Amino acid sequence: MPDALPPIYPITLQHGLVLGAALFAIGMAGALSKRNAITVLMAIEVMLNGVIVTFVAFARHAPTADLTGQVFAIFIMTVAAAEAAVGLAIVIAVYRVRRTVQVDAADTLRG
Amino acid sequence: MSTVADSAWLIPVPTLAAFLLIALGARRSPAASGWLTVGAVFISFVLSLNVLYETLAGVRIEHAYAWLPVPGIPANLQAALSLGFQVDPLTATMLVVVSSVSLLVQLYSVGYMHGDRGYARFFASMALFTTAMLGVVLGNNFLAIYIAWELVGLCSYLLIGHWHERPEAAAAAKKAFLVTRLGDFGFLLGILLLFVETGTLEVSVITQMAVGGQLRDPVLTVGVLLVFCGAVGKSAQFPLHVWLPDAMEGPTPVSALIHAATMVAAGVYLMARTFPILEHSPAALTVVAVIGGGTAFFAATMGLISRDIKRVLAYSTMSQLGYMMLAIGVGAMSAGMFHLFNHAFFKALLFLGAGSVIHLVGTNDMFEMGGLRHRRPVAFLTMTVAALSLAGLFPLSGFWSKDEILVAVATTQHLGDVGRTLLYLLALATVFLTAFYMFRAIYLIYGGRYRGHAPDHPEPWTMTVPLLVLLVPTIVSGFWGSPLLGNAFATFMEGHAAPTAFRLDIALVSTGIALAGIYLAWMMYGGGKTESGAYATKQLRPLYTLLDNRYYVDHLYNWIAGRLVLGIAWLAARFDSLVVDGAVNGIGAAVVGLGSELRRVQTGQVQTYAWALFAGAITLAAVAALPLILGARR
Repeated sequence: MPDALPPIYPITLQHGLVLGAALFAIGMAGALSKRNAITVLMAIEVMLNGVIVTFVAFARHAPTADLTGQVFAIFIMTVAAAEAAVGLAIVIAVYRVRRTVQVDAADTLRG
Repeated sequence: MSTVADSAWLIPVPTLAAFLLIALGARRSPAASGWLTVGAVFISFVLSLNVLYETLAGVRIEHAYAWLPVPGIPANLQAALSLGFQVDPLTATMLVVVSSVSLLVQLYSVGYMHGDRGYARFFASMALFTTAMLGVVLGNNFLAIYIAWELVGLCSYLLIGHWHERPEAAAAAKKAFLVTRLGDFGFLLGILLLFVETGTLEVSVITQMAVGGQLRDPVLTVGVLLVFCGAVGKSAQFPLHVWLPDAMEGPTPVSALIHAATMVAAGVYLMARTFPILEHSPAALTVVAVIGGGTAFFAATMGLISRDIKRVLAYSTMSQLGYMMLAIGVGAMSAGMFHLFNHAFFKALLFLGAGSVIHLVGTNDMFEMGGLRHRRPVAFLTMTVAALSLAGLFPLSGFWSKDEILVAVATTQHLGDVGRTLLYLLALATVFLTAFYMFRAIYLIYGGRYRGHAPDHPEPWTMTVPLLVLLVPTIVSGFWGSPLLGNAFATFMEGHAAPTAFRLDIALVSTGIALAGIYLAWMMYGGGKTESGAYATKQLRPLYTLLDNRYYVDHLYNWIAGRLVLGIAWLAARFDSLVVDGAVNGIGAAVVGLGSELRRVQTGQVQTYAWALFAGAITLAAVAALPLILGARR
């Protein structure tokens, strides 16, 4: 006789939102604090994922069947892929000029 | 009936056309410029004679045309902004004086200015001057008079500075312009005051209001005295007389036309034109009489010691203009105008004669002349007659008008006994001084032997003819106002029987005084002697120094200009550099400083920007969320 199954906790909207906000905050902390450009790009990906989670959570718990949030998640993934490509290209270009990928080394525009 | 007087506005048109033609291209040919001007003035002269003839027959005309109609301003202002002309005895007389003297002087200039580099420019300015002067006497309202008046001043400036390469001429031109402008400023204020008070600029309307009693003191007195300021400037009366002696830097024909016969008479004309207004203000009349009488004497004393023939004549002009002002101030407008009329001819003659000898010897200094009666007999003869006329000897023109003024001063009702006596004695003293300085000049120039070295050369006929022509009015013009013709001039001018009568006693006294002056001049300078003058100078050194420095009036003005005006200018400059520039530069410096501080914000660190971005986004979100949170609490 197996033990009584633990009570099932339904995954509510709040769970999704808290997860999305947490991902976003973690990504933001990384983007603002890391000096390596590639790490910064990865942190931005995390932030985007936080946004996706939020969209999906809202879509899942919408009172009517609505796919807008899900569709947005697909779009964001596409944009994120493109952004990663462009971002990495920039990083490579910067590396060629500066021989480094540290973001604080690229300060030509300092006033 | 259509008359020439109806079209009197045409009189200045030929000379204006001559000016424009010279300016537009005729200047390429100097000879054409000269004869064009002479021809144009001749047309004006013929028209003026016709107008005078018709005026003598009783024609009186006044036309006004709306000028610059402006929609939306009140009807009375529309009427005020008109230009027009009038033809009355005053205007007709002045027209003939101006156009005849202009004609002769410009004919003379054809010879005198021959070979001058600015020949065409000279005639363009002379033509414009004649136009402007005719405009002054034709104008029927203050606006028209003022416009022409300023144009006259401009031409005076251009012609005094004709030889502008010479620093003295350029300085004299500027001085003349600035000093007369000072008076004109008062004139403008007077016009504005009268306009504000009466709502019109028409002299005749203002006159009616003064006669009818709508225009009262103190506005009447103040307005007329402000107008008088303009006359003081133009007619070189004390204290704005300082420009006229220096104006002799201009070519001699200019001195003859502008600074003796016509322009300087514009001030007297203006007072005669406004006389019907002026005579309602006893205070203003007194001021005019005192300034006129004072200037007559004051200027004559300065003429006593000058070595420069043109300056002697300039002081003489100031003195005679003072006489005219004196006459107007004692209420004898027609006597003043009569003297203006006579003076224009004999003073122009004196200047042209002086020009003739200056042309010969190449200097203005009388002490380097002498004996010129043999070389320039025509100038000698004509100048002597003119000098006798100026001194006031029977039967020449100056005798009649000067006597009329003396009688008017002696019998005036406008001044108290003391004032009347003082002014009368001053006028008599001036008669003596006038006779003395004129004959001092005649003896120095023509008496004795030639003291200079210039070779003789013939004179062009254009210079000789005007002298002979001017001799005619110098002798006969006085008869128009003489008792022999029943004082016709005064009757014509005043429009009713003349009040001033001839007085034999006064005539005898003034003739005796003039003869005494001539006798003294003969004693001191007769036969070309110069020693007595030097001796008198030595004996009266302080007086000589005072006169030689022109009573230090110029020094005073220089001092005022140097200290007061430059002091104010210095203050203004400091204000400008400290306060105005300080404000502008301060704002600039503040912006630069702020910028140099704020540039630190631009670090170039992309993460710093991202920080700011997120901080801003969070702040905005917090602000947006705040009502929700607060609302939830409530």
